Amino acid sequence: MQCEQCKEREATVHLTQVVDGAVKKLHLCEECAVKSGFDVHDPLSITDLLLGMGIQKPADPPASERTCPRCHMRRTDFKKTGRFGCADCYEAFAEELPPLLKAMHRSDHHTGKVPRRESARVQASAELASLQQKMDKAIASENFEEAARLRDSILACRRKLNEPEEGRTAP
Amino acid sequence: MTIAELLRQPSAWLAVGAVEGPVVSSRIRLARNVRDVAFPGWAGAEECERLWNRVYPVLNRLPVLQESSAMAMAEHDELERQILFERHLISREQAEKTRGSGLVLRRDESLSVMVNEEDHLRLQGMRPGLSLRAIWEDVNRLDSEIEEHLDYAFSPKLGYLTACPTNVGTGMRASVMLHLPGLVLMNEINPVIKGMGKIGLAVRGLWGEGTEATGNMFQISNQMTLGDAEEQIVNVIEQIVQELIDHERNARQRLLERKETIVRDHVGRALGILSHAHILTSKEALDLLSGLRLGIDVGILTSVDGRVVDELMLLTQPAHLQKMEAKALKPKERDRYRARLVREKLAGPARRRGDRTTE
Repeated sequence: MQCEQCKEREATVHLTQVVDGAVKKLHLCEECAVKSGFDVHDPLSITDLLLGMGIQKPADPPASERTCPRCHMRRTDFKKTGRFGCADCYEAFAEELPPLLKAMHRSDHHTGKVPRRESARVQASAELASLQQKMDKAIASENFEEAARLRDSILACRRKLNEPEEGRTAP
Repeated sequence: MTIAELLRQPSAWLAVGAVEGPVVSSRIRLARNVRDVAFPGWAGAEECERLWNRVYPVLNRLPVLQESSAMAMAEHDELERQILFERHLISREQAEKTRGSGLVLRRDESLSVMVNEEDHLRLQGMRPGLSLRAIWEDVNRLDSEIEEHLDYAFSPKLGYLTACPTNVGTGMRASVMLHLPGLVLMNEINPVIKGMGKIGLAVRGLWGEGTEATGNMFQISNQMTLGDAEEQIVNVIEQIVQELIDHERNARQRLLERKETIVRDHVGRALGILSHAHILTSKEALDLLSGLRLGIDVGILTSVDGRVVDELMLLTQPAHLQKMEAKALKPKERDRYRARLVREKLAGPARRRGDRTTE
């Protein structure tokens, strides 16, 4: 099957979209799919759908052009040097991390020392992980009411994590 | 404190005469970064300079760093930076940097902070012998004092965020420097090195990454920084090193039982060459000094003071040698000066190893 966009290459990405209640099928080659902003390798999980983040998100630029919003390091810069530009790069290039961390480390979770002024945030993060686990369980047992309740707690917890802590002062 | 003053004291990684046997010294370094500032490799020189100017007065005043001095790399020439490298106070990478990069150093060299190396801060603790637990206490205290003044880049999930993801988490690299001539001479070192890799420990040479094991010196360190707590990392390395020490002692014993003449020949030749050579490269000097160290450790060499051997290991390094001679020397000249220094030190008043006092 030919790609519907470039009409040159073989279509290997087959998308089903729901647009205004109508089912629309789209057949693209991988290149055109990436250009159109579809994340080819990331099927949406049910958790994401439940959290309302699963709506088609062509907003993200293709991974190859991803840039850290703070320090403007590009993904290609990171690939070249193997070093991040700033602490925010860990967020910006989060999708690069799992395979790297898996190859380098024993786990993907810090268990050591925590700076004194971070301890509240670390607690919230542990709480978040536990809530997420509970929600996954609730979904698996089709207890959607409970899942929705947990989702609200998760969102609240996330907000808490993203907010700058009270009392943090610029040194 | 000046570099010249440093030269007059024994280095913390090789505290002269402090330890006998296979363990030379232990070291822990912690990688830390300041929140909201680009990492040194990506920040411009100006930004690095701003951070240095902000950070060194803070470090200088910390209780645990009394007394300390701050050295901006830009204010020291290449030779002096090389001396700091040879004393394991800065990395090779930092020895090549200048603007915005620096070192804050406690007078006794046991605690220091590299600023704007690969990360904003690299805290380092060093002590002779197998003493990772004590060093962790020192470095942990230093770290806690620093975080009262600086906001660290930290993520609840990933821990301390570092420029290179190989250091993320604890940011900790704990290492022990070992002298393992027994295992080398018994041809048993390669399986040991392979085994270390399998349990997640790295084996490096005397000068760290990518260097060969000159002078039969090996550095054992953890490779993984994310997942285990600091105390766990320290405990694992101490345990493994303890086993390695037993292996080395065992190898030395077997060497003496089965190949006593070969060992005596090895040690005797080392002493012969060092006492009479007129040209010595630094690698040859270190390899031969390793022979003396072995001879002293196993009791077949009693005419040479162990402290002299340790001292020479440091003083025969290129930058130390040149600083002592107070002039830049070409490699071939260095080899002549080095040989002379070794001859003089070995001919000096030899004292028995047993009656030393602490320095």
